Amino acid sequence: MAREASKGHKAAVTVLAWGVALLIFFPILWTFLTSFKTEGEAINSHPSFLFFEWTLENYETVNQRSDYLAHFWNSVVISVGSTVLGLIIAVPAAWSMAFVPGKRTKDILMWMLSTKMLPAVGVLVPIYLLARDAGLLDTKTGLVIVLTMVNLPIIVWMLYTYFKEIPGEILEAARMDGATLSSEILYVLTPMAVPGIASTLLLNVILAWNESFWTLNLTAASAAPLTAFIASYSSPEGLFYAKLSAASTMAIAPIMILGWFSQKQLVRGLTFGAVK
Amino acid sequence: MATQASRIAGRLMLSPAVLLLFLWMIVPLGMTIYFSFLRFNLLMPGTEEFTGFENYSYFFTDPAFWPALVNTLTLVLGVLVITVVGGIALAVLLDQPMWGQGIVRILVIAPFFVMPSVSALVWKNMLMNPVNGLFAALARALGLQPIDFFASAPLASITAIVAWQWLPFATLILFTAMQSLDREQMEAAEMDGAGPIWRFVHLTVPHLMRAMTVVVLIQTIFLLSVFAEILVTTNGGPGTASTTLTFLVYMQSMLQFDVGLGSAGGIVAVILANIVAIFLMRMIGKNLEA
Repeated sequence: MAREASKGHKAAVTVLAWGVALLIFFPILWTFLTSFKTEGEAINSHPSFLFFEWTLENYETVNQRSDYLAHFWNSVVISVGSTVLGLIIAVPAAWSMAFVPGKRTKDILMWMLSTKMLPAVGVLVPIYLLARDAGLLDTKTGLVIVLTMVNLPIIVWMLYTYFKEIPGEILEAARMDGATLSSEILYVLTPMAVPGIASTLLLNVILAWNESFWTLNLTAASAAPLTAFIASYSSPEGLFYAKLSAASTMAIAPIMILGWFSQKQLVRGLTFGAVK
Repeated sequence: MATQASRIAGRLMLSPAVLLLFLWMIVPLGMTIYFSFLRFNLLMPGTEEFTGFENYSYFFTDPAFWPALVNTLTLVLGVLVITVVGGIALAVLLDQPMWGQGIVRILVIAPFFVMPSVSALVWKNMLMNPVNGLFAALARALGLQPIDFFASAPLASITAIVAWQWLPFATLILFTAMQSLDREQMEAAEMDGAGPIWRFVHLTVPHLMRAMTVVVLIQTIFLLSVFAEILVTTNGGPGTASTTLTFLVYMQSMLQFDVGLGSAGGIVAVILANIVAIFLMRMIGKNLEA
């Protein structure tokens, strides 16, 4: 009876929550709207919110002038490539720690996590020099390798927390029925593990897509993903608000849509399972 | 229960990940430590020589060191306070019954998915620019003098941008933790005549304590490495007003090519981060047993 919140209370909460949410979302909305304005309209000292002449010319210009597609493709290759490579290394590791835990499993997990605590700037110089000497500077291959290693601990941890939830009795039952190790993995575990692997994939593509320390420091032009491409707008092109907005919208839209699907995994993945 | 064969298979499956991560950690870190004891400038190849702790003493006496350390701590603490306080407020708000809660949640977490270079540029140019920015237009509309944010308060401006990016993270985690709050206990307290503030202080806050700790520790790890936001907006300036440790090391090693000095700074950053990491690991380790 006390829980029956009054209509009035609910209405007030709704108004307040929507107000705050729109305020937080506003910079993104504003960028989106500005991307459809002309340059003159974009810097109008009496900015118009919706009532301006909508145009698509900024998207055309950005695409033609700056190889947006090439950088977009770099982002896709680097984020998906590093995630898939990470999964190939991490799935067996997480599987074995979840189902055949040894005495040191916990220590290994904690140690993996500790490598994530190493600030990037502490290894900037060696990684830069190693990449340079291996001819991997400003290449997609180089960034795929670096981002795979950067995100590997998170991938292992996420998979581990998902695999942990698969009941071990199922495996025992399969073994009783004479399943071999390979058929156990293929027919029993894989179907149950797919949702966890998919979530891990999603979150790590997002993290790799937005990673901005290594992508900015290890690329110049040819392998630059969208993070570096947008950063090159800092001046003087950044003063062309409409084009900046169009480029920004295209850079964040794909990942934002993916992100909205992965809200729950986000909490779990980024807190290493400490909050579910 | 595990057979001998599966145990061996398990080891084999685990070893590539362990080996790769071990190399990834030990090789560059070892090189950084080694470089930090060398006089080593990329512009003067072949002149490397062992100098002991000279780089460290240079780094600590660099006029930019103290400002950078203070700026780093100010940025991290500022963002933490804003995101934790704001995150709790938002989590409590989102937890109330309302219409369109799903959409509100989507709007609130959106900034987390914006890449740092985009959010820095959008804030710097389109919102905070003293001439053409939206804030300037608003100030003029209210008859006020527009503020040149990055000239007059560079570090505060960067703190605001970074806090905007991390508020969704704090909110999402605190909101998730809210879901496991014992509603019956809440109702019982309400029946006993406990007011909303008493319930918040004595029931909600203690329940969120653990999630808050996780938020603080994880954000600290990421905030110590804030880079793109500074590079794109102020480049560490004016002067050293917005130079953090990460940015100082970047300038020394990538712009001045002083590998030795940059490496010494990198090691200092590693030690600083480790102090934080110890607490985080303890938290998560405890959870692993539960």
